Amino acid sequence: MTASDKQLNLATIEKILAAVKDPEIPVISIRDLGILQGVEITGDAVVVKIIPTYSGCPAMYAIQSDIKNALAAHHITAVKVMLVDDPIWTTDMISKKGRAAMQAYGIAPPLDVGQKTIKCPQCQSENTQCISEFGSTACKALYRCEDCLEPFDYFKCHA
Amino acid sequence: MNQTVTVSEQALYQYLLRLADSSLTMGQRLAEWCGHGPYLEEDVALTNVSLDAIGHAQMFYQQAAALTSNEKSADDLAFLRDAHEYRNPIITELPRGDFAYTTLKQYFIDAFNLYLFTGLQNSNNETLALSARKALMEVKYHLKRSEAWVERLALSTETAQLKIQKALDDLWFYTPELFEVDEDMQGLINAAVIPDYDEIKQNWRQLVEKHLNACELKLPESGWVATGGLAGEHSEHLGYLLAEMQFLPRAYPGCEW
Ligand SMILES: [Zn+2]
Repeated sequence: MTASDKQLNLATIEKILAAVKDPEIPVISIRDLGILQGVEITGDAVVVKIIPTYSGCPAMYAIQSDIKNALAAHHITAVKVMLVDDPIWTTDMISKKGRAAMQAYGIAPPLDVGQKTIKCPQCQSENTQCISEFGSTACKALYRCEDCLEPFDYFKCHA
Repeated sequence: MNQTVTVSEQALYQYLLRLADSSLTMGQRLAEWCGHGPYLEEDVALTNVSLDAIGHAQMFYQQAAALTSNEKSADDLAFLRDAHEYRNPIITELPRGDFAYTTLKQYFIDAFNLYLFTGLQNSNNETLALSARKALMEVKYHLKRSEAWVERLALSTETAQLKIQKALDDLWFYTPELFEVDEDMQGLINAAVIPDYDEIKQNWRQLVEKHLNACELKLPESGWVATGGLAGEHSEHLGYLLAEMQFLPRAYPGCEW
């Protein structure tokens, strides 16, 4: 494999990986979520490094096989997905694009710097209340909007 | 144990098991709430805390397994050791009891973990420090929840007050064991691998007593003080817990699905 082949392959692989979504929030890619930490071609194999979100997140297993399946669909089968523990994932690693996608999907993104209240993703009201510290998954809490009365998931700050 | 393991590595190995066993037994007890929570949101919360705890156990078992020159895997350590080899304090293996009992038990352990992982962040063992930093973010959240629930139960109906006061009477003398240190641990403290447990104890007592006081709960004056977990001496409850948790991997070795 020549250097230019490598470049080309890496670009293709990155593009394929950019389309892999979080299994629990299928509108946000693993790159925008901040858990895709690196892609390398080592020898004949593709090495993909990811970091876990929550210690107890069961989706990490699904993500590993989703990455392998996405690459296999493009006939790239020599793939090693490594779960690394450095750096530690925080919600600050979620990209702007990821936050916007979350909001549009109906999940309030984690509080941003300087932001004090959690906005209802339906009507943008700031009059919201926590119903439960844990929502449908470990990374979310359950909130309710006191204006439009809709319950919604809030992606918790983890930092 | 592998003979190449040096004395201090042996102490570290045993300590990692103390951490891992504590998280795993706690996670297993919380998982028993699945489908039994007082209402849906709390059912989900208890089992999510359980998942975090099992995740922490996994990190510490992996570090312990790495010290065995890969003779043992993290799963081997979790599923193929017997009760007398487990090193958790007795409080984490106690049956789940009612919601007040589970809540107060979690509060005690969450508060302990807050100071423990805060201290472990500064460990000169980098892998351990990194795991502690990760676990701490989650533990802070767990504590916020259990602290609020203790208050909510203690300052509500007469039944809830009675139940949480009863839980306090039953659980209080299981807490000193959280701070126990053996000779191996003392060596690790001296080597700055793990924090000073006396300091953790002081911080814990200050935080917990202040909160219980504000919640108008009364500390029991005397009782049987639990001890023994570090040396592998446990209550009868651990055997039942392990029997349920370990049955499948023991009956079907290497089983995957
Ligand atoms: Zn609204």
